Amino acid sequence: MSDQAVTLPASAGAVANRLEASGPRGPKPRHVFSRRNIFLYGTLFVVAVYYLLPLYVMVVTSLKGMPEIRLGNIFSPPLEITFEPWVKAWSTACTGLNCDGLSRGFWNSVRITVPSVLLSIAIASVNGYALANWRFKGADTFFVILIVGAFIPYQIMIYPIVIILREVGLYGSLAGLVIVHSIFGMPILTLLFRNYFSSMPEELFRAARVDGAGFWGIFLRIMAPMSLPIFVVAIILQVTGIWNDFLFGVVYTRPDTYPMTVQLNNIVNSVQGVKEYNVNMAATILTGLVPLIVYFISGKLFVRGIAAGAVKG
Amino acid sequence: MTEANGTSVSIQDLSLNFGAVSVLQTLNLDVAEGEFIVLLGPSGCGKSTLLNCIAGLLDISEGRIFIKGKNVTWEEPKDRGIGMVFQSYALYPQMTVEKNLSFGLRVAGVARDEIAKRIARAAEILQIEPLLQRKPAALSGGQRQRVAIGRALVRDVDVFLFDEPLSNLDAKLRAELRVEIKLLHRKLQNTMIYVTHDQIEAMTLADRIAVMRGGIIQQLDAPQTIYNRPVNRFVAGFLGSPAMNFLDGQVEAGPVFKTDGVSVPLDRYVFDGTERPTGACVLGIRPEHIAFGDAAKSMPFSASGSVEIVEPMGSDTLVWTKLGGRNLSFRVEAERTLRPGDPVQIGFDPVRASLFDAATGNRL
Repeated sequence: MSDQAVTLPASAGAVANRLEASGPRGPKPRHVFSRRNIFLYGTLFVVAVYYLLPLYVMVVTSLKGMPEIRLGNIFSPPLEITFEPWVKAWSTACTGLNCDGLSRGFWNSVRITVPSVLLSIAIASVNGYALANWRFKGADTFFVILIVGAFIPYQIMIYPIVIILREVGLYGSLAGLVIVHSIFGMPILTLLFRNYFSSMPEELFRAARVDGAGFWGIFLRIMAPMSLPIFVVAIILQVTGIWNDFLFGVVYTRPDTYPMTVQLNNIVNSVQGVKEYNVNMAATILTGLVPLIVYFISGKLFVRGIAAGAVKG
Repeated sequence: MTEANGTSVSIQDLSLNFGAVSVLQTLNLDVAEGEFIVLLGPSGCGKSTLLNCIAGLLDISEGRIFIKGKNVTWEEPKDRGIGMVFQSYALYPQMTVEKNLSFGLRVAGVARDEIAKRIARAAEILQIEPLLQRKPAALSGGQRQRVAIGRALVRDVDVFLFDEPLSNLDAKLRAELRVEIKLLHRKLQNTMIYVTHDQIEAMTLADRIAVMRGGIIQQLDAPQTIYNRPVNRFVAGFLGSPAMNFLDGQVEAGPVFKTDGVSVPLDRYVFDGTERPTGACVLGIRPEHIAFGDAAKSMPFSASGSVEIVEPMGSDTLVWTKLGGRNLSFRVEAERTLRPGDPVQIGFDPVRASLFDAATGNRL
């Protein structure tokens, strides 16, 4: 009996001792208003405002009528919402030559962007695959030449290309512009695809060869289906790049085949009558809408693909 | 060894250079029909490279390769009648197991019912029937490797090539699959060429082992021969775990092996040649060939020393002592409790030892 009486308090004391001696335990408590959090979220907030404020002004202005704009309160929300400027920007705004708004430019841009994107990605993906997996003779030299191409400012090449296109009879046509876009997309896209394909396990490629698949078989049935993220990255890069292009558009097309960006410039800069700020804002947002939508739809894949493509060089 | 009724794979004077680096040097290897050959060596010895050359995945610089009597030196991998299993499994991630298995057949344009038949057979042999509709990502490592073996199986090939197929698996699975591969070989009786750096895999699986170093086959023999009569010091040191003990010394007339205060009579040792060499040499003796205690006293050579370190390994215990100033390990039963400092009597029969020339490393 006395034995028990002695052991019991001793063990209780041991437990208390352990609790005391154990110190911190479990997840470390985090303070919401720590200096780190204030700094982090503060910076993010400032940067977000910096980028979002102009967009806000654009949207707000595009929804106001001209009398309201003349009041000069550019940050105040519209008193009376009107979609008139959007309709005008799309269908009746005047460029120097015609008055059918941006719609003509939009369809031109679609007709330029879609084939350019498809053609450049189709060629560049095969290029990258060949460079990464079929180490043919001179592959490295070819790759270096291609990469050097990526660093030459393309303004240098504008005039020679004008001459070349004129000589082959494609100057001023959409086909000419599509070819130019495809060629200029080649270095960066090939680099992108080559790096992605080199990061894939070599043994996969060997297994496919043992299984009897050839150059195209391996590409179409093994490699391409595994490369969705990098294809999405390429599509985003090309769609935004080609859609936003102004220089090639204005140089290599004629007024009736001008892409949307050129058309936008002509609307905004036409100097007859009053400056219709609301129409200009609406037109600008309309032009930027396509890349914006592409980003929103594929943002997640984009980040994943960029990360995947960037790992190995 | 099993039904050696012809040559399945024959490699003649094969060389491979990457630029100025010579990876394989005039290598010759004949593999009999139905034989299980293991290419064993440390990393960078050219064993995987040799396998890739046989598969046709690497262009060779010199020599010829025959498979089933046909010169396949310039053939594409698919036309060589080989199936290959890779270390990383190399399953096509976007395809189900069934599609993975059938890919090669679909490429070759095999009829659909024939494909189904072959997949059913392979799936049954490898016991992967319940996995057929899964994607590789949903499989465990062992299951993936089974599928990878199945991919070679369905192609109905003469020669199986394994490129370190078990290296990515944990120790337990490795042991399991090792047995399965051995059973598979028993069942199929195909020629198999198996690359590994794991000597246990090599010893357990092989009919013959080719030990490679620096792009050269050092020794090509049955596992027991390689283990007991290694042709040089490299082979002796590479095979065996725990490793062989080496003692530097001299052979003197008698013949007798001498090193610091130790002399081992060699009259029972079987020399490789007829002449009795003398001069600097290395004596190698495996830990399990060293007798201990009373048994040691009856050996042609015996000496006493004291225990330095004891390494219990479960099934037995490795004990380190010193002989002639050099560390020497020997095995005792796990039940023996020895402590550092305990005096020990050790001895061995020189017939179990190996003598190597100190300069060339070749067996004497």
